[in-house]
Amino acid sequence: MLVILIRAVDLSVASILALSGMIVSLLSQSNPNLPVIVFILLSCFIGTFLGLINGIIIGILKVPFIITTLGTLSIYRGLIYFISSGKQVYSHEFSENFLSFVHLKFFNLPTMFWIAIIIFIFIFILLNYTKFGRNLYALGGNPQAAKYIGINDVHYILIVYTLLGAIAGLCGYLWVAKYSVASSQIAIGFELTVISACVVGGISVMGGTGTVFGCTFGALLIGLIRNILPSVNISQFWQLAISGIIILVAIIINNKTDKIREKNILTKNNPI
Amino acid sequence: MKNIISNYGGKYSTIFYKKEFILFLVLILILILNSNISPYFFDLVNLIDSTFLFSEKAIVALSMTLIIISRQLDLSVASIIAISSCVLGYTNSIGLSTFSIISLTLFCGIFCGAFNGWLITHYAIPSIIVTIGTMSLFRGLSYVLLEDQYYSNFPNIILELGNGYFLNLIPYSFFIFIILTFLFAFFLHKTIFGKKIFAIGNNPEASKYSGINVNKYTFILFTLNGLFSSIAALFLSGRLSSVRPNIALGWELEIITMVVFGGVYIYGGSGSILGVFLSIIILGMLTFGLSLLNIPGVGIIIFTGLLLILTIALSTFIKNYSNKNV
Repeated sequence: MLVILIRAVDLSVASILALSGMIVSLLSQSNPNLPVIVFILLSCFIGTFLGLINGIIIGILKVPFIITTLGTLSIYRGLIYFISSGKQVYSHEFSENFLSFVHLKFFNLPTMFWIAIIIFIFIFILLNYTKFGRNLYALGGNPQAAKYIGINDVHYILIVYTLLGAIAGLCGYLWVAKYSVASSQIAIGFELTVISACVVGGISVMGGTGTVFGCTFGALLIGLIRNILPSVNISQFWQLAISGIIILVAIIINNKTDKIREKNILTKNNPI
Repeated sequence: MKNIISNYGGKYSTIFYKKEFILFLVLILILILNSNISPYFFDLVNLIDSTFLFSEKAIVALSMTLIIISRQLDLSVASIIAISSCVLGYTNSIGLSTFSIISLTLFCGIFCGAFNGWLITHYAIPSIIVTIGTMSLFRGLSYVLLEDQYYSNFPNIILELGNGYFLNLIPYSFFIFIILTFLFAFFLHKTIFGKKIFAIGNNPEASKYSGINVNKYTFILFTLNGLFSSIAALFLSGRLSSVRPNIALGWELEIITMVVFGGVYIYGGSGSILGVFLSIIILGMLTFGLSLLNIPGVGIIIFTGLLLILTIALSTFIKNYSNKNV
């Protein structure tokens, strides 16, 4: 979400997620006795690294973000095949503590929920109460102007992509532990879900606007729709098409409201 | 003033000359390397047959060139190929005549392209975002149409299109590609239409004020892209003689790589059909050589991704460097 805020898109999140998930599950297959914190940190670290590569290519080598992340999308996904040599890791091959972490419960809510809350609060504070967050909005709203007032855009591109990579890496571990299977096919098309969650949540794809609350509600809405579909007997094959429709409708609505808002600003300033 | 313009043009054309010259050298290098590594490479039948593997992508790459030159990007081409192939299979399975099958397939492509164009121009949304959405929409619709089934038993004409040879020599898809290359080169470099595309790519705002209907051009280009995607779909489903919804998965990346590797500037405004043509041949020969060496498909995908990033990094680097010198 942070990435879209600065007028960019990261299409490689799903591949980062899958790659780090695969690496930790292979590790757990070979060393079943490691404590769970090692897996979590390692998946975070791998994600950070992959995100940093994205950031370096985009920020320093000045390759357009869409090309970079399309490229890394296939590179990371291809690396999974090489690392795992096309095999899957099944549930019985994982170690006990690898799997049990996601099923732990605090106050009757799974750990996943708490991790989501922590990340939510972290980004909320980051965006609303720090200079870093203000600068991000500035960069998204008008990159040129932000540069002139002395915001180092390369810096921010690096940090944002790295942060996103870290979160995606963490999700890689969570995903694998939750479904207790790791293959090269996991989370294919997940990047579209992420983008649609952001867009539905009111983050403008033109950058510069959007809140963490909106994004969270967007994600909840999409999760809800996905859960409702099978229960009203719509086949799972509709899912991809529906996420496409959601993205398009959300973009169009966003665009309309932006225009209305612009008009309102104009009338307020010029009461003639 | 006139002097400046002619200087500018002159300098640009030498850069172009250089770019294509480098591509040509690379091509020769690859041919020499390949023929040294594998004894099967320089077999005329092999070489001609290898064009089967990239001609479909190449056809779409031509119209994608126009789109990228006009400062847009279309990520939904592979999905348009998928949905038109599914329409082809569906209309065939309900027993329509061959003519109506082909025309409906082409119509499907045109419609999808026009839908893209309409969303982009009517709502003034960036093309990247729109085509990310339609990418999943079209692919999703082909899953809806086919679920986990497949279509086959195509009429002979379509199979012939995919597998046959023109005059028993050149594959039809490659033959059509060559013809289209000449057509596109003529349109892009010799007509007002082409000049206007360059103008739009260089500065959309200015070309709007100088009386070019930018929206109309964008709409036409995206519709064209849809049409050529569905032509590629005809050849592809004929060649594979069956259609599944995951057909042509990931092709948008390869097609964009072809275009960008050919020296088309990703932010629009410069590029040439000759460069794209050379890059298509280079990439085709390269993947053919790699597969002769038994490198798996995934390896080739990683390689394409790396190549894409590297070429753009290099070209932006050179551009920045030469700007500094000026």
